[in-house]
Amino acid sequence: MSIEARNIKRAFGDFIAVNDVSLEVASGELVALLGPSGSGKTTLLRIIAGLETADSGQILFHGEDATDSGVAERRVGFVFQHYALFRHMTVYENVAFGLRVKPRHLRPARDEIRDKVLALLKLVQLDWLADRYPHQLSGGQRQRIALARALAVEPKVLLLDEPFGALDAKVRKELRAWLRRLHDEIHITSLFVTHDQEEALEVADCVVVMNEGRVEQIGTPEEVYDRPATPFVYQFLGDVNLFHGRVYDGRARIGDWEVPVPEGLHVDNDKAVVYVRPHDLEILAASDDRDALKAVVTQFATIGPRVRIDLKRVDSGETIHAEINKDRFLELQIGAGDQVSVRPRRHRLFGAAAA
Amino acid sequence: MMWDDVGTAEALLEPPTGRPAVRRGAREEPALVRAALIAVALVFLLLFLFAPLASVFAGALRKGWEAYFAAIVEPDAWSAIKLTLLAAGIAVPLNLVFGVAAAWAIAKFEFRGKSLLITLIDLPFSVSPVISGLIYVLVFGLQGWFGHWLQAHDIKIIFAVPGIVLATIFVTFPFVARELIPLMQAQGTEEEEAAIVLGANGWQMFWRVTLPNIKWGLLYGVILCNARAMGEFGAVSVVSGHVRGATNTMSLHVEILYNEYNFAAAFAVASLLALLALVTLALKTLVEWLGREQIARSIA
Repeated sequence: MSIEARNIKRAFGDFIAVNDVSLEVASGELVALLGPSGSGKTTLLRIIAGLETADSGQILFHGEDATDSGVAERRVGFVFQHYALFRHMTVYENVAFGLRVKPRHLRPARDEIRDKVLALLKLVQLDWLADRYPHQLSGGQRQRIALARALAVEPKVLLLDEPFGALDAKVRKELRAWLRRLHDEIHITSLFVTHDQEEALEVADCVVVMNEGRVEQIGTPEEVYDRPATPFVYQFLGDVNLFHGRVYDGRARIGDWEVPVPEGLHVDNDKAVVYVRPHDLEILAASDDRDALKAVVTQFATIGPRVRIDLKRVDSGETIHAEINKDRFLELQIGAGDQVSVRPRRHRLFGAAAA
Repeated sequence: MMWDDVGTAEALLEPPTGRPAVRRGAREEPALVRAALIAVALVFLLLFLFAPLASVFAGALRKGWEAYFAAIVEPDAWSAIKLTLLAAGIAVPLNLVFGVAAAWAIAKFEFRGKSLLITLIDLPFSVSPVISGLIYVLVFGLQGWFGHWLQAHDIKIIFAVPGIVLATIFVTFPFVARELIPLMQAQGTEEEEAAIVLGANGWQMFWRVTLPNIKWGLLYGVILCNARAMGEFGAVSVVSGHVRGATNTMSLHVEILYNEYNFAAAFAVASLLALLALVTLALKTLVEWLGREQIARSIA
């Protein structure tokens, strides 16, 4: 069952939460809606679920217009950030809820409900907790129960709102790997909201990056990380160095370093900004200064097999962050105060207007 | 409960200490001071709470059990008891429905005029009960806005049972809503949303999710509401007209008997109200005890 949102707009008073967003989730895909808080991702998810209404735009499930359908008709499974388990019901009753509230002629028999609930509890590996109450469970267990409860009504799509946001780092890592495995097992079209880049990149088939109510980029985790479409995506997905320069003769010049300018950005004397990730910077001996920037090491820190180096550009005094592996660092035999040459291995250039 | 009060009194009366002579915890006082403070609190409670309560029962039974029962089953007293039960029996269910509806609207939705509604709900708490009674006299009394119309249609509200019921409803208005609003606000709307997404209709959502979550708070509010409905004096006094055997509630009947120097009978009826207060306290404690876990869960 595919999901499609067309030109969705939603404002709360003066604040535009979702601004003309369109996206498609193919059947069976696991897609992440990634963005900082206030970027409109949760509002969009709630509009898709029918918990919120859009000011304009359309929602389609499997090509059929569902814009005006009620929440129940859409048959979505929704997992809330704070679990929203029914606190006065046991785990078993929570999972059985969606089956028990069905109209009489659709409601499964008591035994069928029982078999189904126990099967779901097995699926989330918590069948031994059936008689417990939500407040007796850990956060990770509660979220798995919430997922089992959502799946009980056999939803056509699964929507998850920051499903791991309220958990501590270790449990979050375990659960997201588990979610990925679960998705590979049951292949339900899923859309989950997160502000955690690592989570989105690790779990999703496809990442939708949102900012200020708009979609910045849609692509596979590799695409959005390696080929960010906008400066925002570059900065939001990982650390980045910014180099400001100017365009002359179709090349942008940043100090002694020159890079070719892509199509559509070749006005002379235009400002340009080059984005380079710390691990895409090469550190070279000071003598090797061809097509490189000169910089002085200000400090460094060894983190396991990697070394993070802070440098200061000799020409402008700006700080550069680089990350290289430890072997290379030892080979260079450098320390604080030494001068080196810095050359980007990979970069991306944006016009100053875009940045 | 009682010990809580003692603790509070002790904390309030704690003198500013200079150099402590003996090594002890920062919040501990010498044994003598502690004993004295506890004694003060106990004497206070004894004088102003237990002694009056005991005197009510002593006064009621002064002429023996027979006189006691006679005073209660006497037709005017019996009619007052029935009227009190009727007024409470109408006011409490109505305010239960209203309280749940108002708390629901306030806690789960955003709308214009919300703060005005909250203020209105609090109004009966902030006006003197006598004024509450007067409002009804001004509106429905013979000289009031609807006086002539009501008289023309032979409808009696003031100095009749409907007036007493209306006044009782008014003064007990806030109890249920006030109890539920903070509880429902703390619980949020996620569970209701989850129920809807899982296919429940509005009715199922209310009975299976919302109501079980607020049941202890609701019961607590109803108990308080009932106690006030049965014990109300001021507002009811203004609209009642004090017609013996017809528009007298228990509180009003006690006053009349007392003014007639019929102390034994006055105390006998008063003892029923005192008993009601004790039962209410016991129920309230029980509900608090049973609901404690639930409330802890709803806040967590």
